[in-house]
Amino acid sequence: MTRQMPEMNTSALPGHDPAYGQHRQGGTGVSPVSFLPLSHWRNASATWTMFVAVVLSSFVFLTSSAQGQADAPAGRPLSATLVDVMPKIVKIHGAGGFRGMEAYQTGILISAEGHILTVWSHVLDTEYISITLHDGRQFDAKLLGADPRLEMAVLKIETEELSHFNLQEAVEVMAGTPILALSNLFGVATGPELVSVQHGVVSVRTTLSARRGVFETRYDGPIYVLDAITNNPGAAGGALVTRQGKLIGMLGKELRNTADNSWLNYAVPISALRESIGAIREGKFVAQPDAERDMPGNPITLAALGIVPLPDVLDRTPPYIDSIVAGSPAAAAGLKPDDLVLLVGNRLIQSCKVLREELRYYPRHQPVHMTILRGRDLIDVELKCREEPKGDK
Amino acid sequence: MKRRACLLLILFFGSALAFAATASAAPLEVDPAVLAAENDRIAVMDRAKNAVLAVFGASGRGGGSGVVISPDGFALTNFHVTKPSGNWVRCGMADGKVYDAVLVGLDPTGDVALIKLFGRDDFPTAPLGDSDKARPGDWVFAMGNPFLLATDFQPTVTYGIISGTHRYQYPSGTLLEYADCLQTDAAVNPGNSGGPLFDAQGRLIGINGRCSFEKRGRVSVGVGYAISINQIKNFLGYLHSGRIVDHATLGAVVASDDDGRVLVDNVVETSDAVRNGLEIKDQIIEFAGRPIHTTNEFKNVLGIFPKGWRLPLVFRRGGKRHEILVRLSGVHDPNDLLAKMEGRRPPVPKPPTPPKPGEEPKKDKDKDKDKDKDKKAPKLDDLKKKLPEKLKKMMPKGDPHHPGGPRRPAPVPMPSEIKKHFEKKRGYANYYYNQLHQKRVWQAWVDRAGLADAKGTWTVAGKTAGGKPFRFELADAGVKAQLPEGELNWTPADEDRKRLQPAHSGGLFLALHLWRRLAVAGLDGFGDVYYLGTAPLVGHDGLVDVLVGTFGGAECRFYFNPADGRLLALEMFPEDDVDPCEVYFFDDRQEGAHWGPARMEVHFARQRYGAFSLETLDLQPARSQ
Repeated sequence: MTRQMPEMNTSALPGHDPAYGQHRQGGTGVSPVSFLPLSHWRNASATWTMFVAVVLSSFVFLTSSAQGQADAPAGRPLSATLVDVMPKIVKIHGAGGFRGMEAYQTGILISAEGHILTVWSHVLDTEYISITLHDGRQFDAKLLGADPRLEMAVLKIETEELSHFNLQEAVEVMAGTPILALSNLFGVATGPELVSVQHGVVSVRTTLSARRGVFETRYDGPIYVLDAITNNPGAAGGALVTRQGKLIGMLGKELRNTADNSWLNYAVPISALRESIGAIREGKFVAQPDAERDMPGNPITLAALGIVPLPDVLDRTPPYIDSIVAGSPAAAAGLKPDDLVLLVGNRLIQSCKVLREELRYYPRHQPVHMTILRGRDLIDVELKCREEPKGDK
Repeated sequence: MKRRACLLLILFFGSALAFAATASAAPLEVDPAVLAAENDRIAVMDRAKNAVLAVFGASGRGGGSGVVISPDGFALTNFHVTKPSGNWVRCGMADGKVYDAVLVGLDPTGDVALIKLFGRDDFPTAPLGDSDKARPGDWVFAMGNPFLLATDFQPTVTYGIISGTHRYQYPSGTLLEYADCLQTDAAVNPGNSGGPLFDAQGRLIGINGRCSFEKRGRVSVGVGYAISINQIKNFLGYLHSGRIVDHATLGAVVASDDDGRVLVDNVVETSDAVRNGLEIKDQIIEFAGRPIHTTNEFKNVLGIFPKGWRLPLVFRRGGKRHEILVRLSGVHDPNDLLAKMEGRRPPVPKPPTPPKPGEEPKKDKDKDKDKDKDKKAPKLDDLKKKLPEKLKKMMPKGDPHHPGGPRRPAPVPMPSEIKKHFEKKRGYANYYYNQLHQKRVWQAWVDRAGLADAKGTWTVAGKTAGGKPFRFELADAGVKAQLPEGELNWTPADEDRKRLQPAHSGGLFLALHLWRRLAVAGLDGFGDVYYLGTAPLVGHDGLVDVLVGTFGGAECRFYFNPADGRLLALEMFPEDDVDPCEVYFFDDRQEGAHWGPARMEVHFARQRYGAFSLETLDLQPARSQ
């Protein structure tokens, strides 16, 4: 009997599209009310090959665990796997704390030097992001950068030699794979207490965009839908791992289907995040201005663009557009009041102040690229000044 | 290992077989180990289900689950399950039968109730496990009656893993504090309350009682909490006492400092902890044998012990380690506890207020801010329609939905078997059981020591640890003593009783007087007397039976060995908030018809007053006086 890992090497399965899985064919998309893999598969045109592959790999898994050999990863008790995985999960505390807006979420350590993958949310919208490791050690974290389009962010704490997931070793799995979800749901764990773990099965791998307009999210990409209730308050940013502790994905925010009031339990595959994680670590999508950049003598201003932001009354006034000057470049580009500026170029804009500061790096003659959130839609615009500045306030 | 495997297979094996049936006609080769593991799991659950209860309020209010832990019918459930039902409940079991059960003991803070079923002396039981051995990832299963679905009382089983251990859940606006509890992703829904959480081998490791709910309605979101069975083991003796029992405080408040140390932040000046030397700024290192790193850990340890236990505390001051024994006081003032218990409604599914004809059903008007609350509580009355006929008949007459019908169900008269085993008394869930244990413990001691006729003068004599002779003559009139410090006479008259003689003993004469009084005058010889339950005793393994008697302003605690009825120690508190005189009895020796200690040690205020080797134990019958 071979002792094989239960998670399937997708490339080894004939007829499997590793990017989206077979469930695209079924056309059922993401329907949180039918999370049962069985019914799903029956409806979907699951191929016989696929099915046999699932069954066979299940048996490999089961029988090897039945023999219970310590040397076989599949035979390890979950509690032993969790001893390895728990130190790679962190508790994040930040902004929030009022009803429906928890001030905490979860993060995944992705480097020994303290890079933390988590979701981009209101929790990070503060200067004071606190990280608590599994052993209770606490750190202030820096927001290294975020990709609002993927709703992900990377934080950094200053330390070393941390247990972490190697992103290169993250795996792709298919429907039917048993999983564990680790997160600090409901903020149950504090200090050195371990985060919560739940078990389940991947119901389907699909794309969230199948139901845009139903789910209030900007994310538009592949997800694993899970048969366990994993996406609770505070769970976002938690880890989805195989029963052997291999990283699969990151638990997403709570999402409610506005059509039927059901809740989606899902995770974003690491493969969908990897590129942006790399980009952030290389300095793109960064939150802080780069001191080494040159400031032009004649920069773009909000006034020159015709953008009137919200009055800057808070420490971190969100960069919403209050009004647009008629006939201005902003009006020409189609910007509207209540648009929220997320990115200028690749730089993350977290406040009106940061928006003003960032524009100082753009010479007047150069077009500036902005990513705007309007309702639930992300809109990319390019703005170019036409006239001489009248001076910004 | 096999068991683990069987658990892993649950999700796969079923689906695999279903697929085989629909997608392929090819015969499936199944490894015998897989089948064996599956059969093991089924057998474990089949066995476990027999001890599981579907609990219904006798008056049609409430509803939940429970589990039997002794063949004579003692069973555990939640306080919040029994609360709406009053003093007795009805329990459906997997054998399809309904048994009446009387309330025995209550722990309102810990949300535990002990009940006793009648009708059999061979009830199937759940073996008690060790909840401290549970680890995140361990496979577990919950059984009970979620949504009151089981019309034939076959419990529903839900399967999952331990999600977290040693969780601390704040009392969310209620009494109910869940300390050191287990967290599971096995579905725990309304109706599961009070039911068992079993480990993969079918051992009882917790009582399910609470869930994290939020915006998704009052249904499982994969986050359930179970009261650890180890906490319940600590409380079990107290619950058997028929009392409404309280949790404990140290008499000191702790807080974490910037370095993460747990320091004493404030103290109650009158507490035993302070008398034992605990001061503000002391660093707590260990409590009840468990290391303390965080305030939550401290609260977890504190939360699993009842009021009145004496436990070791280790603290550090100025780099030096100190180990003390602390008597825990109660969290609540006794009257306060009763008031709180009666007051607020616990979070249980409850019958909706009947709407008037033509009116929309009213929204729940409970102003509860508690996040455990939700408007989507299952409608108990709807569920009740599914109950079997025999149970429906037990439900109150008068449909609350019927216009003009009674708003509240009429009380159902107590069955005679319950009546025989119930006695109402303030401060007690059921005073009947307290009296039962008072008599049991006292009688066992009297029988064991042969004290039935020893109502005359007791002469206890021998040598002190220093080799000097001593002699105590105990009689109704008082104590005559010859001690190394001289001859002393003491009477139980008021002015003498207050003199805690001999000096530095904390009141040894009064303690000895009460020792004899318990034998001679019996339980009636004390102002108030009650069975406390079981508690640890210094120098003794396991828990011992404790009787408490008051005499004048003094309170005396008598510690008995449950195995043979022997008196192991007594503690005499001359008044509130002072150190007691502690008398420990060692070894067992026979003298004539009587058994008594061979040695006696007296301690007071962390000092040994004296040790006495007994050479004479002369217990005279009454006529010789």
